[in-house]
Amino acid sequence: MFKSLKDFLNKIFLFNIFKGRSNLKLGLYGPPNSGKTTLANRICQDWLGEEMGTTSKVPHETRNVQEKEKINVKSGRKEMTFNLVDTPGIATKIDYEDFIKAGLKKKEAQERAKEATKGIIESIKWLDSMDAVIIVLDSTIDPYSQVNITIVGNLAARDIPVLIAANKSDLKKSDLKKIEAAFPQYGVIGVSAEYGDNIEDFYDELIKLMK
Amino acid sequence: MLTLQYVPMDEIIQLDSDRKVTKLLKIIKQDKIVMLEGRLSNKEEGMLIERTMEEIDKKFKGIEIASLEPNVRKDIGSALRDGIFKLFFGDRRGITIMGPANIIKEIKRDPNKLQLYTSNRRGRK
Repeated sequence: MFKSLKDFLNKIFLFNIFKGRSNLKLGLYGPPNSGKTTLANRICQDWLGEEMGTTSKVPHETRNVQEKEKINVKSGRKEMTFNLVDTPGIATKIDYEDFIKAGLKKKEAQERAKEATKGIIESIKWLDSMDAVIIVLDSTIDPYSQVNITIVGNLAARDIPVLIAANKSDLKKSDLKKIEAAFPQYGVIGVSAEYGDNIEDFYDELIKLMK
Repeated sequence: MLTLQYVPMDEIIQLDSDRKVTKLLKIIKQDKIVMLEGRLSNKEEGMLIERTMEEIDKKFKGIEIASLEPNVRKDIGSALRDGIFKLFFGDRRGITIMGPANIIKEIKRDPNKLQLYTSNRRGRK
């Protein structure tokens, strides 16, 4: 109750919920294989000169929450410093046989499945620690999945600012308008994390989100 | 044989979030498809995913879930009235379908319809 009142007063009188805060946490959330770690790597390479984590075509490559501290992003005269948190993709099902089909050995696949379930739980638990979130969606895939709706709903319930990165915009099947129609309450920016397309506009929107 | 079990909101409204999720997961783990009146809260849906992940093993692969709700634009008065109603009586708008991932392969959502694609294991289509 006291916290809610304090948050409300901060918003009213400071006009800036992040003013004076250090160690702001910016989370990357989304379903598996949407390109969260690829985008995290792009941001970290651009502003820290190092990568965040490994990527793979096999889903659930990121199975632990990873954090890079003090990333200072600049766009024109504006800048923002935050900790970037890359989270495991959220899903409602994990079948180790899918990993075998993707080329893993049985034991490796079972271990990956076990770690992936723990990673999803960890992702959800970290929601409460976020100051702002980029939802990374694969813009070639139908956005109307319950996982996406649950992520968006949970962020809205916590009053966490959200920007949607419609990733893989370089691909022919990419459909930015469908994502905009699915989540009209949020800003959507098309981006290719792999090739860096539209990344400057992405940084501009990111700073606007957190200022 | 595919079993669909209807769960009216009245059956779970008195339960706390933890018990609601436990009850729904128990039905799903009996290889039944749940048709829930209305929908869970956002936090309960998050909790359902967490609990599902905790219970995944060699037999239980997780769930498929999708909700449909009427997209009606409201004025402030009716939105407030609905908010108070939801607080006491649950969100009864629309319907939520959920079931085990070994039976439901995929649920596709259109604005006004849900399409269930079931696995063809054990002769199902």
